[in-house]
Amino acid sequence: MGCTRNTNELRIGAYIPLTGSTASWGKSGKQAIDLAVGEVNAGGGVLGKRIRVMYEDTQSLPEQAKVAVLKLIKQQKVAAVIGEIASSRCLAGAPEAQRHKIPMVSPYCTNPKVTQIGSFIFRVCYIDPFQGEAMAKFAYEQLGVHRAAILRDIKNDYSVGLADFFIKTFTALGGTIIADAAYSEGDIEFRSQLTQLKAANPEAIFVPGYYTEVGLIARQARELGLSIPLLGGDGWDSPKTTEIGGDAVNGGYFSASFAADDPNPLGQEFIRKFREKYGSNPDGTAATSYEAALVLVDAIRRAGSIDGTAIREALAATKDFQGVAGRLSIDANRNAVKRIVIMKIEGGQLKFNSAVEPS
Amino acid sequence: MQTFLQQLVNGLAWGSIYALIAIGYTMVYGVLQLINFAHGDIYMIGAMAGYYLGLALGVVGEGSLLHFVTVLCGAMAICGGLGFVIERCAYKPLRRAPRLAALITAIGVSLFLEYMGQLVFGPDPKLFPPLLPARPVAAIGGVVINTIQITIFAVAVLLAAALRLIVMHTTMGKAMRAVAFSHTAASLMGINVDRVISFTFILGSMLAAAAGILVGISNPKVDPLMGIMPGLKAFVAAVLGGIGNIPGALLGGLLIGVAESMVVGYLSSTYRDALAFVILIVVLLFRPSGLLGSPSAEKV
Repeated sequence: MGCTRNTNELRIGAYIPLTGSTASWGKSGKQAIDLAVGEVNAGGGVLGKRIRVMYEDTQSLPEQAKVAVLKLIKQQKVAAVIGEIASSRCLAGAPEAQRHKIPMVSPYCTNPKVTQIGSFIFRVCYIDPFQGEAMAKFAYEQLGVHRAAILRDIKNDYSVGLADFFIKTFTALGGTIIADAAYSEGDIEFRSQLTQLKAANPEAIFVPGYYTEVGLIARQARELGLSIPLLGGDGWDSPKTTEIGGDAVNGGYFSASFAADDPNPLGQEFIRKFREKYGSNPDGTAATSYEAALVLVDAIRRAGSIDGTAIREALAATKDFQGVAGRLSIDANRNAVKRIVIMKIEGGQLKFNSAVEPS
Repeated sequence: MQTFLQQLVNGLAWGSIYALIAIGYTMVYGVLQLINFAHGDIYMIGAMAGYYLGLALGVVGEGSLLHFVTVLCGAMAICGGLGFVIERCAYKPLRRAPRLAALITAIGVSLFLEYMGQLVFGPDPKLFPPLLPARPVAAIGGVVINTIQITIFAVAVLLAAALRLIVMHTTMGKAMRAVAFSHTAASLMGINVDRVISFTFILGSMLAAAAGILVGISNPKVDPLMGIMPGLKAFVAAVLGGIGNIPGALLGGLLIGVAESMVVGYLSSTYRDALAFVILIVVLLFRPSGLLGSPSAEKV
């Protein structure tokens, strides 16, 4: 090929949002991947090689995600890629990985369309139909909500999809969706939408957006006199939700892949190691990014080769991997089958409420 | 009816912010015929300055009127200085260059501020300190109006009135109007054109900072990219009111705020962002001089 490579080094690419609106996820993801790879290298690496992670910043933009994947594959010659965290950016980056037959493992993109892109695209989190179903069931059965409103981020594939899955299960159970409003990522003014929802008099509002907007939505809802619970998906999973939302987000529920106070020994071990290295508690993105790196390393080890197709086969065969959020298997559609936790926000803290095992 | 009135209140409060940003756009355009695309980012710097000033004052829990006024003045002073520096470094050397060069430079300054902002302040959204308590002052028939919405509207109108006073009744204001009319003629009359332009930038940037602080108290989340969308919308507001016309910008801002609120309430929230740009296209097609602008032939 003309270029000489250090044969003792195995390159893995990671394309994550280190800047831009969702940079908080990118930061958590990078910390977790560094932690996982550091452990693997300390234990002698994989296939006799040290792993080196090449990071590319997607700037929280889909168009940059595509460029980042191409750069990792063409210039850095990586054996596999980890990323992105958001579905819309995965949908932009994954076709490039598929085209070059480089396996891609996304830590936390939950939109079903992502792994449908091709046989080389995997994820280590559940998908939105499962998440939407879990939240709809929880709202209808546990909270006794029968009339719900939706406030979705119209610019975001994840949010639009999750809202649809929530509506599907919620109406199938017998509930009614009485209003369906929208905003756009980056907005800070939601009073008009909330006034419209308030007029419909719902019992809860499902807001499947990102942590960047949820805090302000909650504040403005309380200001307009809406005191009903707000429900959400794992896009809420960040300390920023309570930092920006303050008291207004108290009493809200959201689904997530990982809870720091979930009494699961492997999870607690991960939290201890993460705290030791970074001095803060890991969030859901950190947990899934850590899992993504370890699942990938496990597959490379089982494949016994750094050939893309061999790694792909090994990834597809992942079964009962002991992850930090419980057992994890990859199903025929390259999605992870694993448990989901429902978190409650209480006194400014994200607290474990209950868990839903996959059926 | 109750919902309609609430939407009107929401729209007026939000429109006041557009109006303050739009006035800055329009002033610079009036004097320099330059669309200062960095204006939305100066608004962001204003909000960021307010965030750090609030932290420096140690505002936690609940602030007071004194805190609010101190932070407002501090942020306006910082942004005034920034406006002066930007004008000196980026636009002044291009005074005799084609107008397109200055416009492209403005876009460059805008990107510079956005990405420098991400480096310096960090890309994460931050919680703006609660400078003023949000207390509902009136709940007429279920319509909630709080102290913050009233403050926003009052500060916006006061600043616009003060500006009108400066432009219409001071020597500097007269000089600004003269420069807007013709740079050459103004300088022949002994007006220091560069000083007038600097003054215009300082004034415009101070208004953008005020808008940043008002947004901070009503929508307490600030991040380095927050200026992009409001900047564009305010630009549309300035065009709607008649670019170069100060009362027009105020009117345009309020109209866009209310229109967005009504579209969300009665059509579909999906179309809210499209609305401002539809207005822009319609205005440019049917009344390019805007609502309050006087039609004029292109200056050559």
